[in-house]
Amino acid sequence: MRHLLSCADLDESEVLSLLDLAVEMQQVQSRPVKKLPALRGRTIVNIFFEDSTRTRTSFEIAGKWLSADTINVSAKGSSVSKGESLRDTMLTLDAMGADAFVIRHSSSGAASQVAGWVRAHVINAGDGQHEHPTQALLDAYTMRQHFARVANGTSKGPGTGFAGKRIAIVGDLLHSRVVRSNVLLQRILGGDVVLVAPPTLLPTGVEDWGCEVTDDLDAVLPSADIVMMLRVQRERMAGGFFPTEREYTESFGLTPGRLAGLKPTAAICHPGPMNRGVEISPAAADAANSLVLDQVSAGVAVRMSVLYHLLAAEEGAQG
Amino acid sequence: MARTVVDDREFSRILNRIAHEILETNGGAADLVLLGIPTRGVQLAGRLAGLIEQIEGAPVRLGTLDITMYRDDLRANPVRPVGRTSLPGSIDDAVVVLVDDVLYSGRTIGAAFDALRDLGRPRAVRLAVMADRGSRELPIAADQVGRVVQAADGERVRVEVSELDGRDAITITGTGEDA
Repeated sequence: MRHLLSCADLDESEVLSLLDLAVEMQQVQSRPVKKLPALRGRTIVNIFFEDSTRTRTSFEIAGKWLSADTINVSAKGSSVSKGESLRDTMLTLDAMGADAFVIRHSSSGAASQVAGWVRAHVINAGDGQHEHPTQALLDAYTMRQHFARVANGTSKGPGTGFAGKRIAIVGDLLHSRVVRSNVLLQRILGGDVVLVAPPTLLPTGVEDWGCEVTDDLDAVLPSADIVMMLRVQRERMAGGFFPTEREYTESFGLTPGRLAGLKPTAAICHPGPMNRGVEISPAAADAANSLVLDQVSAGVAVRMSVLYHLLAAEEGAQG
Repeated sequence: MARTVVDDREFSRILNRIAHEILETNGGAADLVLLGIPTRGVQLAGRLAGLIEQIEGAPVRLGTLDITMYRDDLRANPVRPVGRTSLPGSIDDAVVVLVDDVLYSGRTIGAAFDALRDLGRPRAVRLAVMADRGSRELPIAADQVGRVVQAADGERVRVEVSELDGRDAITITGTGEDA
């Protein structure tokens, strides 16, 4: 693997090896010394043209725990605000000797474009409404641990497959890069994805994604193994995609009433940041079967696994 | 053809001897932690722990220590799969016995020292190996050696364990042959 730009670039063995290694990486979190030497001497530049707390921080922690030098560049306060082009900015950082770029940008396809310009490895940390592959990987990791817990009583057992598991992804699918990456990844892992959204928030071409699409959340919930709620971006409210916040919550929010209708073994995911009271009620966010914080903790482990896979070996190294 | 230098019966005698030697050196099983280095060190450590328990009548702490990320040749090779590290609680002030299949350059054990340093501070670290084929590149020696094996540079010394390979043996495979 040279870059991680899209879940569509991965094959099954790569996905499984990323998820398996993340299990080992997660153990580092409970160690007295949270440090592995694998990426000593590597330089990872996190370059974020959009705001982010958890993605940027977890990439930074992941890099540091693997002993890489990590540097954060945000668009604010960089030469980008002086009008420098994306290409010149990236070539400048590349020339300084960065080994990898973790990039978030508001334009779909930005990460792929950068990968064509630079020498370094590129990891897509969110490009517009296109993709967010490490989010989908950490979602898959968290779900897999959950399925193993349900099946074996412990998350330590052998990884459980996704076959036959019904994953409902609910909310603003139109503006979501998380949903696209998850759909692509589940195409590899074999989970059965159901998309739930008001018709105004469905992306064009969704009928070709090979997923069931509906606007009836209540019909889907009793059979779902995972309910993944997506954030309704408040800036969309003015866009006329739905009448009012309250009406959205009534039709598409995970309310306390809907919580009671879930299977006993079902679990709740949310990529964050959450709008409590809009797409997810506080009761659901903090429920015993909510995996929201597991997702955050998995984020570091999965990103360590990604960085290890891309950077541990010198390019062209022969066995 | 692979040459068998130790067969299953000899293999089991050797393990018995090593178990007794570990107990003798340590004056019993108290404070002992056996850590197997993946892959085959894990099975060997498990067998030794079973034998020590039989002899002493009390269980001995057992774990695994993967050293992949501590290797000094990580960069020079394609991405290596990482094995499992699992410790039976704290190793502070314990006597850790590292268990590996073949001792050769000594670099694996050198990396194991670095890995242990990140995990705690044992009172002492000892090394038990099934086969020692010499040609050290670091000043490292084993406390318990199953069998000293003479092999030429291009030859491969393998320790086979029944859990993974269907039989217990130490074999030498010649140059250019598949194992």
